[in-house]
Amino acid sequence: MTILSLSSLTKRFGRETALDGVDLSLAAGERVALLGHNGAGKSTLMKLVLGLIPASEGRIEVVGNAPGSAVARALTAYLPENVAFHPALTAREQIRHYLRRRDAPPARADGLSARGGLADAADRRFGTYSKGMRQRVGLAQALIGRPRLLILDEPTSGLDPVSRREFYALLDELAASGTAILLSSHALSEVETRTDRIVILSRGRKVAEGPLELLRAEAALPLTIQLRPRDGREGDLAAAFPDAVRRGAHLTLSCPPSEKMALMARLTGSGDTLADFDMLPPSLDDIYAHISRRAA
Amino acid sequence: MFMRILSTARIEFLIAFRNRWVAIAIAMMVLFSLVLSVAGSAPTGELGADRLSVTVASLTSLSVYLVPLLALLISFDTVAGEVERGTLPLHLTYPLGRGELLAGKLAAQLAVVTLAITLGYSVAAAVAVQIAGLSALDGLPALFRLVWTSALLGAVFLSLGHTMSCLARRPSSAAGMAIALWLVFIVLYDLGLLAAIVADDGGVFTQRVFPWLLVANPADAFRIFNLAASDAVGAASGLAGAASSVAAWKPLASLLTWPLLAALLSRLAFGRVQP
Repeated sequence: MTILSLSSLTKRFGRETALDGVDLSLAAGERVALLGHNGAGKSTLMKLVLGLIPASEGRIEVVGNAPGSAVARALTAYLPENVAFHPALTAREQIRHYLRRRDAPPARADGLSARGGLADAADRRFGTYSKGMRQRVGLAQALIGRPRLLILDEPTSGLDPVSRREFYALLDELAASGTAILLSSHALSEVETRTDRIVILSRGRKVAEGPLELLRAEAALPLTIQLRPRDGREGDLAAAFPDAVRRGAHLTLSCPPSEKMALMARLTGSGDTLADFDMLPPSLDDIYAHISRRAA
Repeated sequence: MFMRILSTARIEFLIAFRNRWVAIAIAMMVLFSLVLSVAGSAPTGELGADRLSVTVASLTSLSVYLVPLLALLISFDTVAGEVERGTLPLHLTYPLGRGELLAGKLAAQLAVVTLAITLGYSVAAAVAVQIAGLSALDGLPALFRLVWTSALLGAVFLSLGHTMSCLARRPSSAAGMAIALWLVFIVLYDLGLLAAIVADDGGVFTQRVFPWLLVANPADAFRIFNLAASDAVGAASGLAGAASSVAAWKPLASLLTWPLLAALLSRLAFGRVQP
């Protein structure tokens, strides 16, 4: 079932085009990561989906409803980038207020605070909160009322690695119960491998879409191989691999994915000069940088 | 829907309380009322009016300055502050319309203003009774009228403050615009009318246009309505002549229309805010 669909979505601010003809569709239970540099159009796309700003052209439907309509707002939850709350309120008061706004019993605030890992700090005012703690409250409010569509703008920024892992576990749970999740990030390495699909925006245009494996295969970036020679055989090894570059005690090679097997054969053939080797696949950030550069 | 507005009002009142606005508003109204009712007793002398009515006449002149100022001080930050703190986008994604959000905030701020007014005027009434005995209680209807008209005046300027807050987008410029608004409505408007009357020298403007212009300003309508309805008109106001020449329904209609008009204005301005 399609929860969110965008077709030829365009947004212009004056003469500047922030979003240019973007098509996207999210099914129930799907986790999609939206990637792009600052100013690529991620937050603009989210604000359009939430109905906070009107589109210049194109269509948005949230389970068949116009964005920002009463029904769409009831179905959607949002975690803004750098989520903020009034410094004079406590987390418990704020969450109770959010519960009432969604016609949910305010008594559930304690459970939500505990789920967000806030039980001890729930009665302290926001003025004393760190960024990571505010982010947890933001996430807790987004879980109110089992939303059908969850929009998360850079949700993992400010979270430590352990919290980030817990956060993704929570997303898995929500997705399993049928919530469609659209989250944005600056970097591929931040969304980890726990999203079903990745969409990359560059200067307002969609430049890539697909599962991580597909993007990795399409980018066809070379692998990096580090060779460690046996003691005293550095010269022989360098002669056997003239295309390698010396880096400290190691020799470094790069190899396109298609020639990986041929290289393996050469490596096994030079057993007496080679002590050890490491094969490093291109990092997620390398792949992302490659796709962004190609688009530019 | 009602519960959501109520919840918004409750949280706004809590914020106003924590930010000391409730305490500041009450202290301001109580202090000024006290000073006025104690110090204002000497020059009035025997007027044939009861003691409380005289106090109400003095309080009317005070409130016409103080209530709009208080209302603007409380309200100028309402939207601009949310924009600056970055809390507005999240609010607007909840199932709560912009009108409802504004209504909740208005209700909370009006509660603060009304609380301050009621406490302040009660202190003044207590002083009047203390000085003149129970006969002062004859003026209670006048006091009651002052309370609810002050609340209406407060509602007007709260909504006007919201409008400024939406148009300015930044708290500092919203504060500047609110002060400018206060100057125009409370000080410059009357000065302008005065200058026009002097220049007109009893002509058509003074006869026909002036009474309407006078009640068109909510602050003047408030003043005229309270003074015209009071026995002690002459005690405290230079507007006595003007007040007696205007039928009481006109300022009352103005006082009842303005809160709705101002609320509509603020809703229109809020509709244009893009978070």
